[in-house]
Amino acid sequence: MENKLIGSSSPHIRTDETTQKLMLDVVIALLPALVASIFYFGFNSLILVIASVVSAVVTEYICQRIMKKPITVTDLSAVVTGILLAFNIPPTAPWWIPVLGSAFAIAIAKQIFGGIGFNFINPALAGRAFLMASWNPHLTTGWIDPVTDAVSSATPLSIIKGSATGELPSLFDMLVGNIPGVLGETSALLLLAGGIYLIYRGVIKWIIPVFYIGTVAILALFVDGGSMMLYHVLGGGLMLGAFFMATDYVTCPITDRGKVIYAIGAGILTMIIRKIGGYPEGVSYSILLMNILTPLIDKYVTPKLFGGAK
Amino acid sequence: MSAKVFTFRGGIHPPHHKTKTENVAIENALEPNIVVIPLSQHIGAPCDSLVTVGEKVKVGQKIGESKAFVSSPVHSSVSGTVKKIDVHQITTGAKVSCITIESDGLFEIHESVRPKGKLEDLSKEEVLAIIKEAGLTGMGGAGFPTHVKLSPPKDKPIDTIIVNGAECEPFLTADHRIMLEKPDLVLLGLRAIMKAVGVNKSYVAIEKNKPDAIEVMKKIVADYEGIEVVSLETKYPQGDEKRIINAITGREVPSGGLPMDVGCIVDNVGTVATIGNVIATGMPVIQRVTTVTGSAIQNPKNLYIRIGTLFKDVIEQCGGYSEEPGKLINGGPMMGIAQYTDEVPVIKGTSGILVLNKKDAEVPEPSNCIRCGKCVSICPVNLQPYMISRQAILNNFEEADKFHATDCIECGSCSFICPAKRPLVETIRVAKKEILTKRKKAK
Repeated sequence: MENKLIGSSSPHIRTDETTQKLMLDVVIALLPALVASIFYFGFNSLILVIASVVSAVVTEYICQRIMKKPITVTDLSAVVTGILLAFNIPPTAPWWIPVLGSAFAIAIAKQIFGGIGFNFINPALAGRAFLMASWNPHLTTGWIDPVTDAVSSATPLSIIKGSATGELPSLFDMLVGNIPGVLGETSALLLLAGGIYLIYRGVIKWIIPVFYIGTVAILALFVDGGSMMLYHVLGGGLMLGAFFMATDYVTCPITDRGKVIYAIGAGILTMIIRKIGGYPEGVSYSILLMNILTPLIDKYVTPKLFGGAK
Repeated sequence: MSAKVFTFRGGIHPPHHKTKTENVAIENALEPNIVVIPLSQHIGAPCDSLVTVGEKVKVGQKIGESKAFVSSPVHSSVSGTVKKIDVHQITTGAKVSCITIESDGLFEIHESVRPKGKLEDLSKEEVLAIIKEAGLTGMGGAGFPTHVKLSPPKDKPIDTIIVNGAECEPFLTADHRIMLEKPDLVLLGLRAIMKAVGVNKSYVAIEKNKPDAIEVMKKIVADYEGIEVVSLETKYPQGDEKRIINAITGREVPSGGLPMDVGCIVDNVGTVATIGNVIATGMPVIQRVTTVTGSAIQNPKNLYIRIGTLFKDVIEQCGGYSEEPGKLINGGPMMGIAQYTDEVPVIKGTSGILVLNKKDAEVPEPSNCIRCGKCVSICPVNLQPYMISRQAILNNFEEADKFHATDCIECGSCSFICPAKRPLVETIRVAKKEILTKRKKAK
């Protein structure tokens, strides 16, 4: 029997959690918001999400084939990127917009840097930034107002900023998602439910969402006053960003204290962009900027050694 | 009665797999025909043989000894004839000098084995001498000579003794059964330790997943002042001595330090019960309780096994392998050592014999680190395992040292929790070894 026994070093048992299962949980957490976007904006939402996911997975496969690396599309991380990217575009966008965005996200932001775990910024947000820069009109117009079912020109945040005119929707509509916006950010409530599911499952920690949303809320209170505070919190993809983008493992700090710094930084940047930046909403760029600071935070914020350092 | 449950920061909750044996009473193992007794079963200097080939020996007879302070004598576990003294593979992975004895089946007891009398009549020095002579070493797995632990230098005053009944390793139930079946020996052993060290405060610490053991131990220590039974959170590695001290006393053993630096001595419950047995009967360490279990064992059991019995003989009396074994482990699944043969002897530190089937033994394929941070969150020492591991893989051992690689207690929690199945503790071990070797060279 000598030759048949495995002789690896301890531990000899492992958790049954895998990267794939973690990603599957993220997909599950995103489903309610996906259903809501189909409900509010119609069938085109589903087509955009499918186009985005297929593009992300196929791009990953092709990149890995070309680079002669192990094919890891089954880990579902490309699926998550695909859904998240689609969640960032307006419901009337043509199908090739998410296809190009996902391809960029996977090929340029992820695979070139070494694939899963090595990207320095969130691929979905990188894809969105690429689309913003290249096909700006498709990203910043074409909102559908679910109440009137007409193509609208204004999101709540663009009204607050004054870059568009219109009447602010009720806070209840903001909460359930009955407002014009990109696919995935409409229903703050369902995104919150998905986020709580992820925290409950231990996929993400509460720290980043709480500190990020909390920072935005407190700053909004000072800058725009109590009546606007909830619009700032519920609008502009803050929930999507706080629970699903800023918590991306690869691009956020590892330690709890690092996460606090990162989340507060993202909150401050979000409000700066919303108030004085060129865009009505600042979630994506604030997270991208903090992504770049993550290695620095990880370098200087390390856990205190048990028993003190030597 | 305090209902407080003590714990430490970090740790993991591996599945327990204890149900197979936790309700199975300790059984005397079959008498072996052959025993292979290693002359070194402990940390410290190996023993020299006191017997020669062909010589007759009796049960309890001292057959190996060293003059070094950090060492522990070994005794024969059978009566019979010394057949061989040669180098044999043992469970620690080392090849050490072993005495092979063929049993005559009579189990004649050596004249030196006599009860030590009442604890009250023994002096502090006598208790320490009895413990040393009986060959006591830590039975939790590490195998540190007990008399050394109980003789701290003058400048390290001890105020607290902790009996480690956590048994946080999955699959293992030997300590649990000892507390249920031999609480009187645990108590006697603990009182002996308190006397030897001159301490009047002690704790028996048990994870709360063993409520029956907690109850039994509480009952038996009720009349003794200064001895308290405490519940620990069920969490791995709760039984690590620095973790258990931190959980109960709140003290942090300094980096690179020992329990005595914070006034504590921690002894495994199996060791303590054996001390009790030595005082009561005079019989040195020739047997120990071991859990034999795992997915490829026919009838899992808790056995009282004679030191030197070969694993294959133990496994045979548990009904043998139920299917083709994939991995054979000395100890628990988190810190135990994989064996490549079942012809290794049970030693004083063999807390478990674990046989996993092919499926359970599979080593998962690692994928890229996704920086989920779980290894950082659960590390009981607050290390950053993913970083140390990365540096180790790149052969940057100096960098790994900056991340305090040498503070790793090798509990394996990081490797267990990693969703990408990265070999974290495995690579950190390599880094530790490289760093320590380098430091030694520099000196």
